[in-house]
Amino acid sequence: MHHFIDRRANPKGKSLGNRQRFLRRARENIKERVDQSVRGKSIQSGSGVQDEGEKVTIPTRGLKEPRFFHSSKGGLRRHVLPGNKDFVVGDTIKRPDGGAGEGGRKASEDGDGADEFSFTLTQEEYLEILFEGLELPDLVEKATVETETIGTRRAGLTTAGTPNNLNLVRTMRNSLGRRIALQRPTTKSQRDLEEQIAELEALEERSPPQEAFLAELQKKLEGILRKRKVVGYIDPLDLRYDTFVPEKIRNSRAVVFCLMDVSGSMQEREKDLAKRFFLLLHLFLERCYEHTELVFVRHTHHAQEVDEETFFYARETGGTIVSTALEKMKEIIEERYPPDEWNIYGAQASDGENFGNDSVRCKNLLLNDLLPVSQFYAYVEIVDEAAEMLLNNPEAGEDLWQNYREVKGQAQHFEMQRVSQPGHIYPIFREFFLPKVKGAQNAGS
Amino acid sequence: MQAAEKARKPLFDGPEWTFELMETARDAIEEIALGDLGLDVYPNQIEIISAEQMLDAYSCVGLPLMYQHWSFGKHFARDEALYRTGRQGLAYEIVINSNPCISYNMEENTMAMQTLVMAHAAFGHNHFFKNNYLFQQWTDAAGIHDYLAFAKNYIAACEERYGPCAVEEVLDAAHALQSQGVFRYGRPPKPTTEELVAMQKVREGYESGQSVLDIWTDTTLGRDKLELVEDADFSARRKQMNLPQENVLYFLEKHSPVLEAWQCELLRIVRMLAQYLYPQKQTKVMNEGCATFVHYYIINKLYGQGQITEGAYMEMMHSHTNVVLQPEFDDPRFSGLNPYALGFAMMQDIRRICQDPTDEDREWFPDFAGDPDWRKVMRDAWANYRDESFIQQFLSPHLIRKFKLFTLTNDADLPNLVVSQIHNRAGYKAIRRDLAKQYDLAYLEPDIQVTDADLRGDRELKLTHTVRDGIHLDEEDQEEVLKHLRRLWGYDVSLDAVETACEN
Repeated sequence: MHHFIDRRANPKGKSLGNRQRFLRRARENIKERVDQSVRGKSIQSGSGVQDEGEKVTIPTRGLKEPRFFHSSKGGLRRHVLPGNKDFVVGDTIKRPDGGAGEGGRKASEDGDGADEFSFTLTQEEYLEILFEGLELPDLVEKATVETETIGTRRAGLTTAGTPNNLNLVRTMRNSLGRRIALQRPTTKSQRDLEEQIAELEALEERSPPQEAFLAELQKKLEGILRKRKVVGYIDPLDLRYDTFVPEKIRNSRAVVFCLMDVSGSMQEREKDLAKRFFLLLHLFLERCYEHTELVFVRHTHHAQEVDEETFFYARETGGTIVSTALEKMKEIIEERYPPDEWNIYGAQASDGENFGNDSVRCKNLLLNDLLPVSQFYAYVEIVDEAAEMLLNNPEAGEDLWQNYREVKGQAQHFEMQRVSQPGHIYPIFREFFLPKVKGAQNAGS
Repeated sequence: MQAAEKARKPLFDGPEWTFELMETARDAIEEIALGDLGLDVYPNQIEIISAEQMLDAYSCVGLPLMYQHWSFGKHFARDEALYRTGRQGLAYEIVINSNPCISYNMEENTMAMQTLVMAHAAFGHNHFFKNNYLFQQWTDAAGIHDYLAFAKNYIAACEERYGPCAVEEVLDAAHALQSQGVFRYGRPPKPTTEELVAMQKVREGYESGQSVLDIWTDTTLGRDKLELVEDADFSARRKQMNLPQENVLYFLEKHSPVLEAWQCELLRIVRMLAQYLYPQKQTKVMNEGCATFVHYYIINKLYGQGQITEGAYMEMMHSHTNVVLQPEFDDPRFSGLNPYALGFAMMQDIRRICQDPTDEDREWFPDFAGDPDWRKVMRDAWANYRDESFIQQFLSPHLIRKFKLFTLTNDADLPNLVVSQIHNRAGYKAIRRDLAKQYDLAYLEPDIQVTDADLRGDRELKLTHTVRDGIHLDEEDQEEVLKHLRRLWGYDVSLDAVETACEN
């Protein structure tokens, strides 16, 4: 008795439990590497994480499966090997480097000899580790109010339509094929014939053979002209039109505004911290929205929209007027990102300095214009590592900080934090996205 | 007349396989395997699986059901990475020593490959599993599925009850001692699942009662015994605990002062599976040699009868040639002797010695040189040997010359490696002996035994590593394993290396 069984339809992921156990086991190592990989990334171009997952290489410590096995060194061993060419008994061979005889350590030690272990984390797992315990603010709410607009989608070709939808390429391709198939005389052959005729006609006296030739040519020309008329250059048969069908489009789109002070006081260290902050926000949002865009706005005493490279690495001098950046953001929203189609997120990084009484202006801009259309707005103030006092005391601070504190008092979806070193980014970032109840507690304490 | 004509028609034409085609191919293979070669097989259960399922099976040492552990996840991640980057292909099949005999065939295989794989696994390996004495005596082909199911459920239940971390700790330690969890000489019992569950319940009940009793007897009744002379005490312990004991896991399961009943059961599961897989480790060359010989014979026979098209035959031979490729020692592809190559060559050689013996063969193999029934000679060999003894008995000078085998001696005391034997009359016997030793697990794996444990004294567990040929244990790993051992034993553990004289 025998039988065949088709197992292919069996549920996938039989080893999922093993994988989870493995990831849990290697969590510390993996987390370290994931944190490192964040540092080296561009926010935009790599868009954080590839769809197919993230390759990580972790050290094998903690993942070792030790066994009792023979050391590869020392002792007396004999190896039987195939392929003797010209050895005779008693020949000596220099010991290969490392002193170990080949084959001394058998392959069955399951490759544990390597110090590094590479494998691929899925995107899900990568983000899970990166954003452990985080939650997008008001995600549910916004997910339900995702707007729908009617758009159009191309739906192939038809033979009838309006001229504005004419598909030239396809039409001309058909025309060319038809002309070749029906042997339509070319314009050149017509011209040549006409020239010959003109030449003959120009002669004052024609010999009879020439007369006959002329008559023949004229007849030929007549034929060509007739054929060119019958076989048109473009025939109604050739015409092709694009067609479009209307379609509902969901707006699962988000735009992240990265605002940063780039005046002289913002050095490499400050920018590096800010970059991580923006990167994390973008990575997180990308997970929740089908489409996310980034807008980089830098400012000194005036604001500019720039690309990522310029944003992080170009130098600029000038004073510091924060409100210019907020103005710019407002402008861009009005121009390109209608709030009923886009989920808007703001992220601002600064060293806390501002010009004169500009901070009040900032407060008003935020409260009146930006926060009402935004999903979430986060502000980080990057302070000196020595500024213990500021880190520990949220009440102390300069003008901008004080005004923003007022904003925070009035808006639920506004968050602010101080950071001074890379280690601060993670926990603080997490606080931004803690479920609301806890977030409120943190703010209160 | 009609039947003969039908047999001459190709079984299939084209690369696509279907279940109907596989059914016909299987029938044709069976006819040759049973009728011509006289094989004796378990009923076949042939399962078609996808690449991912194959990777799954890989990570769980090829078993269809396995308890969950992070190390399997690690192996899966590694194999998957290798496979996805194209650095490692997947096997065409995996076959399991069970009754019915389950073989997994990859869905990507062409019809020609499916035919080859069926002949190889469903008949070659299957016959070997059913008939080889090691498998017959040491494994329970009918019960393995039930046991695996039991193990999986039991461990899952433990995880729920005691937490995954506690279970992981025991399993990690048990895995580290897996190679020390087999009986090499004594025979393990063969209980069924129902018995196992019943036994385990009884054990749990008994042992929880026992531990209370132990304290009582120790403190009240056992006192006078302690007065006895040390030596007598020692030999009493040795007798009572069956010392020395090579199966360390077994010893811990029975005598560890700190393990609870469920933890002992985990050790038992790990050592039962190690024991189940142990014969496969001892018969790599023979098992693959047998399967490769069987598929080669059957394919050629089918082709001879016109049941396989020329194209399919070429495809099968291409694959066959790849499998039995043996790179020479200085070839960059060389990674040791290929068990498929050596096994297949030895099987072919036995057939040659039976059918067309030379004088040399008659001198070396008087028992079977010129034997008219080569099939029977071969079946006997498959049934009654393991790699080590098989090579010792059947490796012929002809083959040693063909492979140009030579022995390289690596003595740490000498500055250079020395070629000690080559394929000449003086070297045949020594090469054969050296090669056989290379497949002797008792020699390859470290000889570690429990020699003493005084439960009434300091409770130190004493292990002895018998050092052969001056080869010691890898120190880094040794420390790690000892840590695991201490966890399982609960008290101090020492490992002494005892040198034996270098035999030459």
